[in-house]
Parts: sequence; structure tokens; C-alpha cells
Amino acid sequence: MAVIKIENLTHVYSQGTPFEKVAVSNVNLEIEQGEFVGVIGHTGSGKSTLIQHINGLVAPTSGKIYIDGQDLWQDKVQRHAIRFKVGLVFQYPEYQLFEQTIYDDIAFGPKNMGLDEQEIDKRVRRAAEFVGLTADMMEKSPFELSGGQKRRVAIAGVLAMEPKVLILDEPTAGLDPKGRDMILGQIKEYHETVKSTILLVSHSMEDVARFATKALVMNHSKMFMYDTVENVFAHASEIEKMGLSVPQISKVVMGLRAKGYDIPANIHTVEGAKQAILKLAQQGGMTNA
Amino acid sequence: MLKDITLGQYFPGKSFIHKMDSRMKIIITMLYIIMLFTANNIVSLFGATALLFLFYIVAKIPVKMITKSLKPVMPIIVFTALLNMLFMGGEPIFEIDFIKITELGILMAVLMCVRIVALIAGTSLLTYTTSPIALTDAIEALLKPLNKINVPVHELAMMMTIALRFIPTLIEETEKIMNAQKARGADMETGGLMQRARALVPILIPLFVSAFRRADELALAMECRCYRGGEGRTRMKQLKMSSRDGVALVFMIVLFAAVLAGNVQAVRMGMPTL
Repeated sequence: MAVIKIENLTHVYSQGTPFEKVAVSNVNLEIEQGEFVGVIGHTGSGKSTLIQHINGLVAPTSGKIYIDGQDLWQDKVQRHAIRFKVGLVFQYPEYQLFEQTIYDDIAFGPKNMGLDEQEIDKRVRRAAEFVGLTADMMEKSPFELSGGQKRRVAIAGVLAMEPKVLILDEPTAGLDPKGRDMILGQIKEYHETVKSTILLVSHSMEDVARFATKALVMNHSKMFMYDTVENVFAHASEIEKMGLSVPQISKVVMGLRAKGYDIPANIHTVEGAKQAILKLAQQGGMTNA
Repeated sequence: MLKDITLGQYFPGKSFIHKMDSRMKIIITMLYIIMLFTANNIVSLFGATALLFLFYIVAKIPVKMITKSLKPVMPIIVFTALLNMLFMGGEPIFEIDFIKITELGILMAVLMCVRIVALIAGTSLLTYTTSPIALTDAIEALLKPLNKINVPVHELAMMMTIALRFIPTLIEETEKIMNAQKARGADMETGGLMQRARALVPILIPLFVSAFRRADELALAMECRCYRGGEGRTRMKQLKMSSRDGVALVFMIVLFAAVLAGNVQAVRMGMPTL
């Protein structure tokens, strides 16, 4: 059974005013447990609105959302419980830190879940370890940290709730390449260890190609496609028409294909391209064009 | 949600009223307010209110916006109406125990309500048709004479502009933080007073932190662009009066005169007055 099921979801902001805007239009989607989904799309394509629906923060104008088969908007008590199943890390999550110590901040979510002290402690330490925070940092104030560290604390705050579905809205925005790789690596590791479902909103096609198993493309508030990363990037030219980029290696593959080299279109990693080109070379296919 | 607060919500448009000089709009709004308080009989008041509807139609603002702006003052309106109805003298038409309702009381209650409704709707029209920036520019221009007695008019106007500019930003920020904390299971909708007050901490602290950060950044950005107060500062968008504003002013003065004449007539005819 799909862990997230979305039926005919439409969301309109400021309905009935001059500022009316359709943010999400008639989206149908099913995401299986354990999937690592890269969500891509232009600024304003409805990505953020879509993911906020999954957590029940935004009410659909029409349509239904099921988490684990339960209708999210059926009743309020249930929604509160479902919310713990879907962890949402917002853009620039460091701005939501508020506690006196890092430990307390990470423990905020688990405390709200009503867990006992021991379990909270266990989860906080595990989450802190996942994002690479050392034990001696736990009693510091979150406001003393650098930007990248703050972000990791904020992400740990959501990880500590151990949600079945983890949604991250551009977790690497504004970080340097090293910080970016670190956070993405940690998310990947979390995914592999916990086997949870992950939705990663990103502007970097490289990151999506490297980490995600599936990609969800939003365009003009509609879902353009939801498929495996290979199949999505095989539509490289359409994606580029939307004003999105594709991984550089996809461009290389596209270029080679255009020149008549016979390699598959759905290659999106450097490693995959290397294999394909080597294979072609062995068959003597690199000399003819 | 928070976004529904009508706080000088500007409705962009290109109507006659939208195009008027914001200074003239303020002057006319003030005249209108004074007029509402001079109009003391049923004919003048209803005339003034009917004209307000006309203004809304001219400005192409949906009339249902009036009800929206009235919502927060509803308790005041109801309270005023009750007071007027219960404590006005005259011949009772309806009586239980100490509750005496008189014809005069009902009339006064209605008149008072109409006056408040027109007051709110009239001032709302100003903010619906004028962008907050144009509004503060106009206030600065109108208050300029106070500069002579050392009132820092420019600074006050700048503060207002910045405050207005940041209301939506801070509302948006509050919503973001609220969502983020809700996503972490913060419960803001249930519990007693103390519990709810405590639930605000995770929202207020990040909000203050970010407000200070923004203020800091803005101050720096302004200094980088050599902002040094109002002295010798020129404007890209000059406020300009046009014939349109003259027409509007004349119309308002005529209206005012009509209301005054109506008042005199009402007294002469012995109509009940406020």
C-alpha cells in the first residue's frame, strides 16, 4: 500500500480576491514506502504547497490526502497523530530554533509526542548523531552555532520524531558545497538505516540524480511527471524547456546521442555514463560517428 | 488564518479613486468623518451612507469588503446600539421590568450604528484604494508644517513606512514558524490559558530573533545606500494633484454643505436628532 496517496488535490490561495492564485492543480500521486523522491520544479511551481499538504498544514481546496491509508482531513485528533508520521523540515529551518539548549530543541518534537524521558533521550541522541552533532555540543545554546550547524540541529529536531515519511524542503539552500554534501550524505544514511520514505525538494538536479530513486516534477502548479529518476531525466529536453536544468552528465549523454552515439537516454550519473561509454567503445561504436 | 486580518489591505486598481492623489484622499476622508459627526438626522446620515456605496462602486471594491472590515468592530456596534436603545428617554413601546424600549431609542440606535458603519467603511475605503507607501508619503507631506516646531516628520513617516512594509513579512514569518512548530507537534489550539500562553514561546522567540536580524540588516542596507534622514532628500515618485482631485474636493464640499443644510432643515421640521 502506498504510504502517501493524493487524489485530485487542488489548492487555491486567497480565493475570491484579486490575489487569487492556483498553487496546486489536480494532482494525483501515490508514493510507496521506502522511496527516496526528489521533488523538482520552478520557484512557484507549487512544490512547497504540495508538500505542506502531506503534513496537513495546509487544507486542500479540493481533493483528498491519505497517509498510511488514513484520510488526513477526516478529524482533528487523527490529524495530530498523523502529523507525527510525516516529518517536515522547512526551508531555512534554523529560524525555528527557540530553546535554551540544543538538546531541548531537538527534544521539542518527541516531547510533544508524549514519549517518556528515556525514549526522548534515546531519540535525541540518535538524531544528533545522524546529523553529526557531538555530545559536548548538546548543552550549548542553539544561537551560538554557525548557520550550517543550526540547520543540522533543526533537521535533528525533526529526525528525533522518527517519522515514517520525512520531507525536506531545500535542506541545502545557502550552504557551501561541503556543508551540502554533508547534510545530503547524512540524509541518505538516515534513509538507508531507517528505511523511511523521503521527499527531498531541491533545485539541484545533480543532487536528485545522485540520491533519489524517483523524481517528481512540478510545472505550473501541475504534476508534470512522477517516475524513476532514469525515466525522468530521459525527458531531458522537456525538462529543460520548463526552464529547469538536468544533471550535467545528462547533457553530455544528450549531446552524444545527438551526434549519433548509441547510448541509452536514461543515464543520469557519471558512473552510469562511464559504463555505457566504455561498453560502446568495446563494441567499437565510438569510432563511427 | 493570520492573513485574513484586514490591516490596510490594499486592493490594486485603476479607478477614479485609486488614481486620486493620496493627500487629497486623506483630506477628503477626514472631511467625510467630520461630516458623519455633523450629520445628526436620519436623512443626512442615510444620504451620506448611500454615497459611500457609490464611492465603493466607483472604486470597484467589492461591497462585501465592507462586512469584512466591520467584523472586528461588531462588538462595539452592538454595544452602542444596546446602550442607545435602552437608555433613551421617551414614550416606551415595549416594556418588561426595567427594560424600556422607546421609539426614540430605536431610532437613535439605528442612527448611531449607521454612523459607525459609515465611519469604518469610509476609512477602509481609503486604505483599500491607497497603497500603504502612498499613504505614508501623503501623511509626511501633510504633516510637513510640523517640522517647524521640531517634530521629526520624515523620521516618523519612515518608521511608519517600514512598519507597514514589514507587517506582511512578519505575518508570513509568523505563519512559517507556526507551521514549523506545528510540524513538530506543537499544539496551539487546545488547552487552558496558561498552556496556550506557553505554546506561544516557540513562536515568539524565533520571531523576535528574526525581527531583530531583519532590523539589523535593513539598517545596514539603508546606510550602504547613504540614507541619512530626510534632509535634502528628493523623491522618485512626486505626489501630484490633478483636476481629478479638484473635482473630488468640490464634490465633497458640496456634499458637506448639503448635509449642513439638511441638519438645519431637520431642526426646523422638528425631526429627532442625535
